[in-house]
Amino acid sequence: MEYEAVIGLEIHAQLLTDSKAFCSCSTRFGAQPNMNTCPICQGMPGTLPVFNRKALEFTIKMALACNCRINEFSRFARKNYYYPDLPKNYQISQYELPISEHGWVMVETESGQRKIGITRIHMEEDAGKLVHDEFKPVSYVDLNRTGVPLIEIVSEPDMRSPEEAASYLKTLHSVLVYLRICDGNMEEGSFRCDANVSLRPVGTTALGTKTELKNMNSFRNVQRGLQYEIERHTDVLRDGGRIVQETRLFDPVTGSTVSMRSKEQAHDYRYFPDPDLLPLHVPEEWVDQIRQTLPELPAEKKERFISEFGIPSYDAGVLTASRELAEYFEEVVKSFNNPKSVSNWIMTEFMRALKADEKSFSQIFVKPSQLASLLQMIEEGKISGKIAKTVFDDMWATGEDPAKIVQEKGLMQVSDTSELENIILQILKDNPNEVSKYLSGKTQVMGFFVGQAMKASKGKANPGMLNKLLAEQLSKLSQG
Amino acid sequence: MSDLFSKSAHELMSLLRQGKTSSVEITQSVLDRIKEVEPDVRAFVSLDEEAALESARRADSLLASGASSPLTGIPIAIKDNMCFKGRRTTCGSKILENFKPPYNATVVEKLEREGMVILGSANMDEFAMGSSTETSHWGPTRNPWGLDLTPGGSSGGSAASVAACETTVSLGSDTGGSIRLPASYCGVSGMKPTYGSVSRFGLVAYASSLDQIGPFARDVNDIALLLNLICGHDPMDSTSAPVNHPDFTAFLNTSVGGMTIGAPSQFLEKIENRDVENVLADAKRVFEDLGVKFIELSLPHLDYGIAAYYVIAPCEASSNLARYDGVKYGFRAPDVEGMIDMYCKSRAAGFGQEVKRRIMLGTYALSSGYYDAYYLKAAKIRTLITEDFKKAFESCDAILCPTAPAPAFRIGEKIDDPMQMYLTDVFTIPVNMAGLPGISIPGGLSSEGLPIGIQLIASHFKESKLIQLSSAFQNCAKRHLARPSLKVN
Repeated sequence: MEYEAVIGLEIHAQLLTDSKAFCSCSTRFGAQPNMNTCPICQGMPGTLPVFNRKALEFTIKMALACNCRINEFSRFARKNYYYPDLPKNYQISQYELPISEHGWVMVETESGQRKIGITRIHMEEDAGKLVHDEFKPVSYVDLNRTGVPLIEIVSEPDMRSPEEAASYLKTLHSVLVYLRICDGNMEEGSFRCDANVSLRPVGTTALGTKTELKNMNSFRNVQRGLQYEIERHTDVLRDGGRIVQETRLFDPVTGSTVSMRSKEQAHDYRYFPDPDLLPLHVPEEWVDQIRQTLPELPAEKKERFISEFGIPSYDAGVLTASRELAEYFEEVVKSFNNPKSVSNWIMTEFMRALKADEKSFSQIFVKPSQLASLLQMIEEGKISGKIAKTVFDDMWATGEDPAKIVQEKGLMQVSDTSELENIILQILKDNPNEVSKYLSGKTQVMGFFVGQAMKASKGKANPGMLNKLLAEQLSKLSQG
Repeated sequence: MSDLFSKSAHELMSLLRQGKTSSVEITQSVLDRIKEVEPDVRAFVSLDEEAALESARRADSLLASGASSPLTGIPIAIKDNMCFKGRRTTCGSKILENFKPPYNATVVEKLEREGMVILGSANMDEFAMGSSTETSHWGPTRNPWGLDLTPGGSSGGSAASVAACETTVSLGSDTGGSIRLPASYCGVSGMKPTYGSVSRFGLVAYASSLDQIGPFARDVNDIALLLNLICGHDPMDSTSAPVNHPDFTAFLNTSVGGMTIGAPSQFLEKIENRDVENVLADAKRVFEDLGVKFIELSLPHLDYGIAAYYVIAPCEASSNLARYDGVKYGFRAPDVEGMIDMYCKSRAAGFGQEVKRRIMLGTYALSSGYYDAYYLKAAKIRTLITEDFKKAFESCDAILCPTAPAPAFRIGEKIDDPMQMYLTDVFTIPVNMAGLPGISIPGGLSSEGLPIGIQLIASHFKESKLIQLSSAFQNCAKRHLARPSLKVN
């Protein structure tokens, strides 16, 4: 029997607020353990939560970007379970009345665009971290992350393959980063994903028994974990077995999944409305205000780049993968209106340098206007494409204007006819054998002369002019 | 020995301003009184004489410099569930027996800023769960009117210390009657303000949607003074109401002629005790003489109040008390094997019977499959009770009823019968369910000479009406002047 996979994802994204969801502690990553804590996020007796309005605003942005309905009234609920990284032993989350529901996003798949439904986006607080001693049977608790605001984005079971799931995940990741509400760092855990997967015979609609996958901390691992789990389900079902509903952990080393807890062992979270927090009221006018501030999102931007700049879909996809990159591109094009040429440069030299240095956009020396001047100089024939690459490297390192670098280093292309003629005459004089070959009809030695002339000009010869002058001189010789 | 310890706050305030005494003198008088009667009453969990005298000295210099506030220099006791920075705050529980909070509750901060002299923390039922102060890890507090009697609970220490003149005033907290019941049993005045009037920040939670801090005093004037100090919006408490509270002392000694009091049939038909019935009838006569009109009322859903309360309060408690797990602070059981064992043993040994009973009740009621039948239904009843009161207050300024079904009961009498204990709060619980303000003031004595309180209830944020009516009653009937014998009955 042929099976079809049914996949739904739960994404947790940390919001980029300065302070935590329910107290004023910093959310900065990497501080000394328990430095970013106070009696409130430590869960001290008598403390009370006060909700961070910024986190609400960020959540509404994401909900709008995902075409969700914003509930005018929503409320916080307590999710009760015991774990040492959760100092109150309950997590403030949302349950019955989340902030937003019923959304969707368009996702690129092998078979074209697909609409993936979003069940709900709700707000909650993050838990802390346990640090286990490597040598002694002792564990320590670090509460710096406790209370950092999170949103949970729950998809409909609309994905049919690991590739689709990965594509959905990448789409949401780029939307979150575009909105500047999440840094998207999967390694540091600010963007995390759990997956639910089940199989059913192709052509049927009832859902099979699902398993939940945890601990996949990269796009690739989400794909690997799902792939493994789909194969495991297929084997079990083909052998006439039954899938056990359970939570399984992905092991990135072996690429396999292992059972963590069964349905029977699943927690009863005893959700109930948090009596310490009033119901949230989000008036429509506020939602409209927030809607006005939404930036152009990756999908729209890509379409616009294709139509406005006439660049290929592939280029538009690469350039709009990051909001900063797209904005950089547009800035360069403003000063140098040859979008394809700008796109080529950004996708090659610029991105190579960016990757090599692991720099963020705020740390880059080269201003868009400077890159535009460099491209202008190539177009005007002042420098060759090859020289431009070395100029760019200098610009990247120092932030100097390209004109200044070219000037100081004497890299200006030689387009002076008499200077080039002198070089050519000298080369022809120094290489009588090659000249004879050329005259006897072996015109391929033309390349040799060009190479020699380039070398003599230290790469600065204008290649078009050099070719033209060479051809003239050689034709003079053959006639003479 | 001076008699400063027996004076009310407003009397002491004028003596202080006339320069006739000092805060140190007052505090010393109170401390001497504590030495004398505390072995019998056992109202305090923690006392710090040196710190109290130091506060008194600071208060005296404030008074001397003219930078004082109304209650500067006045001694006060706080219930042991209000976080007092660096000082033991135990909630009457073994699980917090050595807990010293790193911060002050908002009310404690207000007392300190006012320059009040905080004597120490008063005994209470463990985590405020109880009506007799018998469930305290530190043992029961005894009623100054009869040392074999309970002071009521859960704020028994706060009430008993005021009744025994071991402090001038005190603060308690009230979730289902925990201020008003002990006020009634101990013959003092005690008010539970409207939910949201006083910040809960730093009040160790029992049932968050019901808990409210309020004052105890030997007369209504002092209640008004304390309300002025503790009421007010607190940005640290999302459930604290952003309302402007009036100067409550402006409602003292004013006429109540023309006001209307409602007497709900559902309350009246529950009165079985002859003494309680007499005191209430007497109070009605007093009010009528003052020109108050009485009307009959119906609160049809009142009878479901206790049942709904014993779902909602334990549900919230089961979650609120989850944090006491031996991991971060408080008691951790020795000799444990692993995390789960640490949780189980620490909680098994750290909590008392009544607390465990309510945690289990709440855990059960919130469990998957039971939520709708219990929590949700109780929440609906709560809305209906609130609506009943809302309707009632369209036709009256306040409701009059007993505070408790009977005078104080004996220590040990009900401790093994939780249902009987729970029924003690039949008149007070509906007030918490609806979030209303309620006050208990001394209404008279029983045939055995025990105090019986009368309860007045007003609509949301109308504490002023309670002050107005109580003050008029007190000025006319003077029942509040009766003092306990401090002997075994």
